[in-house]
Amino acid sequence: MIEITLFHYLVLAAILFTIGIFGIFINRKNVIVILMSIELMLLAVNINFVGFSSFLQDLAGQVFTMFILTVAAAEAAIGLAILVTFFRNKGSIAVEDISTLKG
Amino acid sequence: MIGVIAFYLFAAILVLSALMVVSARNPVYSVLFLILAFFNAAGLFVLLGAEFVAMILVIVYVGAVAVLFLFVVMMLDIDFKNLRTEAMKYIPLGLILGGVLLAELVMVYKAWPQTPMSSLGAIAETLPQANNAKALGSVLYTDYIFPFQISGLILLVAMIGAIVLTLRARPGTLRQKIAAQVERNPADVLSIQAVSSGEGVHHD
Repeated sequence: MIEITLFHYLVLAAILFTIGIFGIFINRKNVIVILMSIELMLLAVNINFVGFSSFLQDLAGQVFTMFILTVAAAEAAIGLAILVTFFRNKGSIAVEDISTLKG
Repeated sequence: MIGVIAFYLFAAILVLSALMVVSARNPVYSVLFLILAFFNAAGLFVLLGAEFVAMILVIVYVGAVAVLFLFVVMMLDIDFKNLRTEAMKYIPLGLILGGVLLAELVMVYKAWPQTPMSSLGAIAETLPQANNAKALGSVLYTDYIFPFQISGLILLVAMIGAIVLTLRARPGTLRQKIAAQVERNPADVLSIQAVSSGEGVHHD
């Protein structure tokens, strides 16, 4: 009889986090997909939190998941607003074009 | 047993759709796979006994964040064809770094002392099973009231920031000026003229 333990959830979250990192690396032309990769990484962290919360029977993990959701929503809104402004000014969303601060 | 099958089903779809998010050619498909990933994560949360967080995840992510992404993807006029031209160059580096990170994480989890967990086979036997939302609320509004308020402030700041960033005054567009309309006085713009009949009206 197989049983799903905390380890299963942790490995799943690790795989998801790694996919997020990988997505940041391969999407150099498209900042929108990079933002989506960040959302995936935050989702992995949330899975960790909820997994620990229910296996250790402590509700604090779920409370923190809600805070992470709040911050993720704020981050997505601000990030997309910056992206829209940048696209209006430069006409591009590629990472290599975002180099104004290099001088 | 059904729990095990459900876990593997949700986990497999979650991982596959996450892979599709980062590798889809068209960002619109990426957003749609992101929605699928969030639905499956919500299913996993339900399996873990966290129904409230699962529903919040669906509402916040699918209802708000994913729709926001979809709006931005469709609003920006992006050349989709050239988005992937240099992706192959970065795949080896991404694979190496991702593999190293994954191996490290799994090793950490393996080495983590299992003593507090090994006794907890089944998830939700001793949790207060009455109502996940009720239990969460009783913690959130008492012990975590200040972080809760601060998260509300964060949302306010994000809302103002997003509006300020994207609002632009476009010159040359005709807008309704309500103040000017309200200010308009009949005495300033209307006058009674004595028009003699048969001559017509001419404007000077």
